[in-house]
Amino acid sequence: MENFIYHRPTKPADAVKAMKDAADGKFLSGGMTLLPTMKQGLAAPSDIIDLGGLGNSGVEVGADKVTVKAGTVHANVATDKGVKKAIPALSALAGGIGDPHVRNRGTIGGSIANNDPAADYPAAVVGLNATVVTSARSVPGDKFFTDIFTTALKDDEIVTAVEFPVPKRAAYVKFPNPASRYAMVGVMVAELKDGSVRVAVTGAGPKVFRVPEMEKALEANFSADAIGGIKVKASGLNSDMHASPEYRAHLVTVLARRAVAAAK
Amino acid sequence: MSAISMKVNGKAVCGAVEPRTLLVQFLRENLGLTGTHVGCDTSQCGACVVHVNGTAIKSCTALAVACDGAEVTTVEGLAKNGKLHPMQEAFREHHGLQCGFCTPGMLMAAVDLVNRKGKTLDEETIRHELEGNICRCTGYHNIVKAIQAGAENM
Repeated sequence: MENFIYHRPTKPADAVKAMKDAADGKFLSGGMTLLPTMKQGLAAPSDIIDLGGLGNSGVEVGADKVTVKAGTVHANVATDKGVKKAIPALSALAGGIGDPHVRNRGTIGGSIANNDPAADYPAAVVGLNATVVTSARSVPGDKFFTDIFTTALKDDEIVTAVEFPVPKRAAYVKFPNPASRYAMVGVMVAELKDGSVRVAVTGAGPKVFRVPEMEKALEANFSADAIGGIKVKASGLNSDMHASPEYRAHLVTVLARRAVAAAK
Repeated sequence: MSAISMKVNGKAVCGAVEPRTLLVQFLRENLGLTGTHVGCDTSQCGACVVHVNGTAIKSCTALAVACDGAEVTTVEGLAKNGKLHPMQEAFREHHGLQCGFCTPGMLMAAVDLVNRKGKTLDEETIRHELEGNICRCTGYHNIVKAIQAGAENM
């Protein structure tokens, strides 16, 4: 790993300033992606601005909304009793990220800012129609993930919280890569309180995407059979040593059906 | 260089490190605590698991400077007064190690598991919770047995 200048601000404004002043700075949250990337020499930032000093961690559960502060580690989202009751799909998703030690370190803010195409949280943000709150503004989940490893965040903008509306019912089902536990495909299906349905797919494409045809079918009839005949196109989906685009396209329907059946 | 201080296995320690120094390097190279191992160095294998402020983390994927002020427990901190920790005793009793390389991480993950889920653990839970720890000798069978027994004795 190349050396860097280390900053540990205690206020968001100081973090933003440190980034503005840095030649090629990177924000560090849990470090579960950034540190391995730096160790492999794939990234060599001039400055690391560690957001751990902000103390921005914790969960607030309201009647209609669950707010997860950006620095909250996956383990805390997974085990929080309030989250489990309000949005069991969200706590299950968080409890399935990586492994126990990774969940003790990785954060929701870091995960969504990184926008790994195989990460789990983007499916929750888009599938549950969440809002991403940053140091500068609020961004609707649908507009946050713009491309592979790219988000709507500006270079000096920090995620501060994610607000999840409490759905009527939802479930997240993923087909984990057996080694890394990253989603080869993961599908969040949610019926929101206004009756609209969302189907958000991670792992399959360059970034999280929705399947409007399935959403429409489920709004008319919320059952696994309603979407059994709906396939997504394989073209444009991810292709790697783990799975072909055709296989991933097939998994989308299989996992979406399972998620509908499991929704609660 | 940054000056850092921590409490490691109950003892106050300090040192000067480069920002890029990983926690595992600080433990092994600065403090000479070589019980914590570096296996894969890509945060997969779990040989480097230690407890930081009471939770298990992979010390190959944490900056030492970011752990300034933390309380750290390594495998060396498990035994008390020359007596093995019940989990260590169980690994010995149930032949929970072959080459022993993964063992420090397995032990720290096992103790963390008991701290989180209690002393009565079924086989499925233990296997699932060991997702982040890889044994290259593939001795999982006895590791699982050892953890089950060790948990009961904690």
